[in-house]
Amino acid sequence: MHLDHHHDGPAAVSADAHRPDGSHRALRIGLGGPVGSGKTATVAALCRALRDELSLAVVTNDIYTREDAEFLLREAVLPPERITAVETGACPHTAIRDDISANLEAVEDLEDEVGPLDLILVESGGDNLTATFSKGLVDAQIFVIDVAGGDDIPRKGGPGVTTADLLIVNKTDLAPYVGSDLARMAADAKVQRAELPVVFQSLRGEAGVAAVADWVRERLAAWTA
Amino acid sequence: MSRAALLVLADGRFPAGGHAHSGGAEAAVKAGRITGAEGLESFCRGRLHTTGLVSAALAAAAVLGVDPRQLNEAADARTPSPALRAAARKLGRQLMRAARATWPSAELDAVATEFPKGAHQPVVLGLAARAAGLEPLDAAYCAAYESVSGPASATVRLLSLDPFDATGALARLAPELDRVADQAVEAARRAVDEGPDSLPAASAPLLEIAAEAHAAWPVRLFAS
Ligand SMILES: Nc1nc2c(ncn2[C@@H]2O[C@H](COP(=O)(O)OP(=O)(O)OP(=O)(O)O)[C@@H](O)[C@H]2O)c(=O)[nH]1
Ligand SMILES: [Mg+2]
Repeated sequence: MHLDHHHDGPAAVSADAHRPDGSHRALRIGLGGPVGSGKTATVAALCRALRDELSLAVVTNDIYTREDAEFLLREAVLPPERITAVETGACPHTAIRDDISANLEAVEDLEDEVGPLDLILVESGGDNLTATFSKGLVDAQIFVIDVAGGDDIPRKGGPGVTTADLLIVNKTDLAPYVGSDLARMAADAKVQRAELPVVFQSLRGEAGVAAVADWVRERLAAWTA
Repeated sequence: MSRAALLVLADGRFPAGGHAHSGGAEAAVKAGRITGAEGLESFCRGRLHTTGLVSAALAAAAVLGVDPRQLNEAADARTPSPALRAAARKLGRQLMRAARATWPSAELDAVATEFPKGAHQPVVLGLAARAAGLEPLDAAYCAAYESVSGPASATVRLLSLDPFDATGALARLAPELDRVADQAVEAARRAVDEGPDSLPAASAPLLEIAAEAHAAWPVRLFAS
């Protein structure tokens, strides 16, 4: 929208790339995907990988607890003032797609209170395959599925798998135990996503979140360019 | 301007954060005060004639141009529970964002700057209605209806209540909603001459007390 328009007073237009004082706002990346696929674990690993080179903050969207925020606090991946939990009233996808106001407030408050920030990660509450983030809330979105949820998920497609800027297929370490065929998952994902990237990841493995962290660095370079 | 703007403002999908709040229904369900459609209707009736009336009068007064700062103070004074005051400001801030994007106006910009963390939701609702070219009665209807529609949709989720029963309960409240909206506008017109002290101050102590307890629950579905 008005990418170079500077507002007086609080921002009204969510996707504006500038804050009310005219400075460039942080890049916002959303992480969505089914319950338990590894969103919080990926956020935690990204914080550890990037916190020494970037100024970071996290917004979690829990469905009925503050568990994700509390996990991140317990793991001390970031100082507590950089982690905010949003309450979503039983509808996680509403808060990231149809009515993003509470999340926008959370990201803006983080920038005001602990900024300047380079990057804000917004984790959605675990949801179904149709949940995607509004472009008014995030600049890019990652969809996280895992090999244990069934190796036919990439074939089923749906907006998350098909349109996310990055698809993570997580927990590849479990593939032998649950009988998931990674080659088939990769081929199906290719059909659904054409040129959009896919990362197969195990947070238990040595490489961990490295490939995703590199992708985030690239997005950030493009954002600040 | 257009009357149809009221449909936009009153639409349950208007993106102003209401979906995360139950209007006290979650606490009432847990306490066994709402167990079905009948309980929901009584709960909503009580809320309509207390919180609903006060909110509707505040909103109508804002449309009539009563000073938003004074109205915000009046709303504070009529909301004993700190948790409910915080929720009302949060919702006011969210509504302000949606209203400014929907009906851009210098007046909304000024109030947003004056209350960066939010003014009470009914006050902002009135200002939004004003920016949309609506009448005091429109804003009063919108506030009064929200006071019952929020708990109804939350209860559908909390109790897996039959959605047709919940909607029926709302429809049965319609004649009372008419009366509350009229009363609210009358009070708001008085407030133009006599100041916000003359606005209604009907309160539901149990809603205030339960809201305080609810805010301390570690596990809950709704923010208020
Ligand atoms: N084996 C294995 N387990 C993993 C991996 N990544 C995450 N987990 C585990 O999977 C479980 C769920 O991970 P979370 O990160 O909480 O998943 P989530 O997507 O945030 O879950 P919700 O927020 O509840 O939807 C945890 O026990 C993690 O430790 C992985 O790569 N391999
Ligand atoms: Mg999580």
